Amino acid sequence: MNNLSADAAPLVELIDEARHFDVSPPWLNRVLERKPRALLKAVDGVSFTIAKGETLGLVGESGCGKSTVARLIVGLYRPTRGEVRYAGRRIDANAADPAARRNMQMIFQDPYASLNPRWRVADIVAEPLRAGRGSERGPARAFEARVASLLEQVGLARADGAKFPHQFSGGQRQRVSIARALAGNPAFLVCDEPTSALDVSVQAQVLNLMRRLQRELDLTYLFISHNLAVVHHIANRVGVMYLGRIVELAPTQRLFTHPQHPYTRMLLEAVPDLAKTGKPRTAVAGEVPNPLEPPPGCTFHPRCPYAAERCRRELPLLKPVPHAPLGAGEVACHAVEEERLPAAVVKTDELIWRRPQVGRESGRADRL
Amino acid sequence: MTAGALLAVEGLRVEFPTRQGTLVAVDGVSLTIAPGEVLGVVGESGAGKSLTGAAVIGLIDPPGRIGAGEISLAGRRIDNLPPEALRRIRGREIGAVFQDPLTSLNPLYTIGRQLIETITTHLELTPAAARARALELLSEVGIPAPGRRFNHYPHQFSGGMRQRVVIALALAAKPRLIIADEPTTALDVSIQAQIIALLKRLCRDHGTAVMLITHDMGVIAETADRVAVMYAGRIVEVGPVAEVIHRPQHPYTRGLMGSIPTIVAERETLEQIDGAMPRLTAIPSGCPFHPRCPHAFDRCRRDRPELMAAGATRSACWLVLK
Repeated sequence: MNNLSADAAPLVELIDEARHFDVSPPWLNRVLERKPRALLKAVDGVSFTIAKGETLGLVGESGCGKSTVARLIVGLYRPTRGEVRYAGRRIDANAADPAARRNMQMIFQDPYASLNPRWRVADIVAEPLRAGRGSERGPARAFEARVASLLEQVGLARADGAKFPHQFSGGQRQRVSIARALAGNPAFLVCDEPTSALDVSVQAQVLNLMRRLQRELDLTYLFISHNLAVVHHIANRVGVMYLGRIVELAPTQRLFTHPQHPYTRMLLEAVPDLAKTGKPRTAVAGEVPNPLEPPPGCTFHPRCPYAAERCRRELPLLKPVPHAPLGAGEVACHAVEEERLPAAVVKTDELIWRRPQVGRESGRADRL
Repeated sequence: MTAGALLAVEGLRVEFPTRQGTLVAVDGVSLTIAPGEVLGVVGESGAGKSLTGAAVIGLIDPPGRIGAGEISLAGRRIDNLPPEALRRIRGREIGAVFQDPLTSLNPLYTIGRQLIETITTHLELTPAAARARALELLSEVGIPAPGRRFNHYPHQFSGGMRQRVVIALALAAKPRLIIADEPTTALDVSIQAQIIALLKRLCRDHGTAVMLITHDMGVIAETADRVAVMYAGRIVEVGPVAEVIHRPQHPYTRGLMGSIPTIVAERETLEQIDGAMPRLTAIPSGCPFHPRCPHAFDRCRRDRPELMAAGATRSACWLVLK
């Protein structure tokens, strides 16, 4: 499962993708107040591949550029440089022929904002079908059977098609979004924080649904989240982003048991987790710097306990982890490359922790 | 049970009169917090956890009102105090930290002015002493260069630093209890960890008790001594945090724990509680969880269970007696 990407030809490929936003003050202010132009490098040189049937997770804190990557892939933003390829064809917003984009769909974070409140659910779900036929306002009846099967596929009832979005709970609305995304038979779904607005028990329902659909329909996912536990649950490989760049990219198990980059280690240390009851945690220092004035060299160096002279000067590139098995991941860190870092700590006592099983007396987990 | 408790809430009921009848958002909640203890209150949206906290500090917005029950702080009843007396308790005896640090601070005043205002409202100090106390608070909550930051406005701080300022404000009058409602929800993980560590350290150093209201079981797991799980306006299970997490008794708590993905356990599917929390207009009879409960039987549909001792926790579930 972990080597999916290693041998198969990639379905989706990002090559040195970048998106810079001009956030300069207006011209008059620049002239009068002598303010310089300001460029926000939201995404700055991101490359990765996603194999067919795989889920790539993308994690990072707010402002790291993960949602911008999603929007670049589906063509909602024009890249400043770089390209996006789908099955070998270039499809980014700069490409001449974006037709291959029909094979991809996006699921958004907020199921309240991403559904038109004045449309019935059947019309919402049928919209991609109508758009695919080139008829903007065809009668929904023509797609009735397809819409009904889509609704049933995501665990809603056929009769729900006649309702409006406000009649549904958050979890059900996200099911409607998923049904709409699946309408055009896409092979690839970009999911931008699809469960972040949901309560945990509803989040579990949606995550289980997404896994089942992936198996049944052979879907490929790019799954973006700030929640490490969710990504751990759903992804085959995980990319960790920091200030517009991927700092580490590795198979999920490998990343969570052998984190390499100091930032990944810090995140894993910081995440509050059920398994950590009463455990002392290492304090995490510092905050994400202003992305308008990123530090020179490695952008993580001001917060990094292993930063050396070279880190302050030279930007590290994503390279395979030294002495690790093939396909064990890539990391952008001078300290890892020079083997200045202590080996990643695998906390075996936490790994043997098991969750309580529901409804079975024997399933009670031992306390640590 | 309430002897020695700092905060005792008994049979609290918060209701909202509407044209369709009275909606009961918090129904018969009883809990205690000992001095220096961190009580986690966890639940999904609409469970009534924030309203429980708001009732304790007397901040329920009309038309909402406390319909029944008593709230006592250190043995003295506070829910029936006149507004002016309650205002003195708020801030002086009970501090509050809310989710969004930007809306808790006045954007037009420097943080120094806001701190001094809070300090002089509750403590009789000279302006110079109040300023010294404000600087001391800022450095205590980990704001670098407090002397320089003193004259900055809230927008000049990052989200994590702002939340530190809010905590400094809550601590200003050395309260014995802090109500923290989703204090880390708006923050990124690394900042969240810093704020949790700060809250824990402050509780330890000052013996301040905390009512930590959050939907994030991970935060509770790391911070709380005891945890109360709320569902549809009621406490369904309460007990020591490790017991509730590792040996939950109530079917809802079990389902909730199973539905949380973690970074250490590898599973194919998550436990799933089908359905959703009932709306306030249609709370089921008997146990409010029975329509979603895999173990529900006749009595669950008929009678409402109260909290009963079950293992090391107390659970409001008829299965305990079975």
